Amino acid sequence: MSKAMDVTVTVNGEVYQKTIEPRLLLSDFIRHELNLSGTHVGCEQGVCGACTILFDGMPVRSCLMLAVQADGHEIRTVEDLGTMENLHPLQEAFQETHALQCGFCTSGFLMSILPVLEETTDLSEEDLKRALEGNLCRCTGYQHIRDAVQLAAEKMSSGGES
Amino acid sequence: MKPAPFEYIAPTTVEEALGHLTEHGYDAKVLAGGQSLIPMMNFRLAQPAVLVDLNKLAELSFIRSDKDGELRIGAMTRHYQVEHDDLVAEHAPLIHEAMPKIATPQIRSRGTFGGSIAHADPAAELTAICVALDGRFRCLSERGERWVPAKEFFLGMFTSALEPDEILVEIAIPPRAPRTGWALEEAVRRAIDFALVGVSAVVTLDAQDRCERARLVFLSVGDGPVETVKATEMLVGKEITPDLIRAAAEAVTAELDPSADIHASVKYRLHLARVLARRALEKAFARAAAPGTQAA
Repeated sequence: MSKAMDVTVTVNGEVYQKTIEPRLLLSDFIRHELNLSGTHVGCEQGVCGACTILFDGMPVRSCLMLAVQADGHEIRTVEDLGTMENLHPLQEAFQETHALQCGFCTSGFLMSILPVLEETTDLSEEDLKRALEGNLCRCTGYQHIRDAVQLAAEKMSSGGES
Repeated sequence: MKPAPFEYIAPTTVEEALGHLTEHGYDAKVLAGGQSLIPMMNFRLAQPAVLVDLNKLAELSFIRSDKDGELRIGAMTRHYQVEHDDLVAEHAPLIHEAMPKIATPQIRSRGTFGGSIAHADPAAELTAICVALDGRFRCLSERGERWVPAKEFFLGMFTSALEPDEILVEIAIPPRAPRTGWALEEAVRRAIDFALVGVSAVVTLDAQDRCERARLVFLSVGDGPVETVKATEMLVGKEITPDLIRAAAEAVTAELDPSADIHASVKYRLHLARVLARRALEKAFARAAAPGTQAA
């Protein structure tokens, strides 16, 4: 039987201390222990990308990590972007270009694209394709998501107010 | 919760990790990047009693070249680090070129170079590439260290030469000979998928523009990386022509025995193998002949 372990994780700037079983996935930890339900869980086998979060700044699939591995590390989830009243430029761009329909995949897309745009807003077609290749969307056919990333890049490069 | 219960150990030194493997043997499983093991645990296809997590072993994360010009990559080096490393790009352009084809950006953030090799998935690019480049793997246990040539490492589907008390700690890639060209060609349904068929080619030309050495190593067509030795023998010592490349590419199917699945029949896989072998050889020989490819 696995014994519970203490972990300290910084999520969206806030420090959480929890006692958890080692077999708890990071995705379930974020949703069930921290009640941050913006991170979605789709396939739980690393294919769909819906559960993408930033782990020490890098986009990772949270369903392919154990929560105990996050001990002492820093995580950003979609809740760290904008609020309903004050959307992040990337979220604004998704809304303005209709880059989502059911919205299930959206938080994963946002967290995959965010580090790319934070590094550079000067994206080639190839960069754009690469940035999106780890996330599945069953509604949009991707074109509007590409439009959103381009629009977000413009908003973020002009230092757009969020 | 998806995975079955297990005891979790996160050692901070390699010695400590080896001690746990000696103690637990077949009951233990080594966790590297976890991008294959965790899904298998989520499905409960893998139910290790003890999980030895190597992610705190910073000493296994490095990229350097030794005095003999051999490239050394620590087993826990993440794919994205290899992907963006200048030394790798210069020393082993085949690896550099292959990295973006491995899985997705999110998986490359976490997945490790050594983990992909130790997992011995016949669809993994790095298995075929390490064979094509004559790589060697340093395997450690409390019993000592041994270097296993890539060619002898992959024993079958998800089966490597690693003993239960051993950890793959380091990968060595020999220096590139002058006038050596390379290519990796794959047929992939979506960027995220494993290749239906893939092949890596590494070829060397002599001073008279004749083929000195040629390697073709396939992935996704067998229980592990598959080298077509007879097909490439046709090229050695010859002046390379489009017809000769075509003949060699046609010949690969005699040495391949792929299986069918819902995505591709045997016949289709063999067709892909011929086409991809031709493309890979064409590209590799063109690169070997180009003036810019003198070894570093």
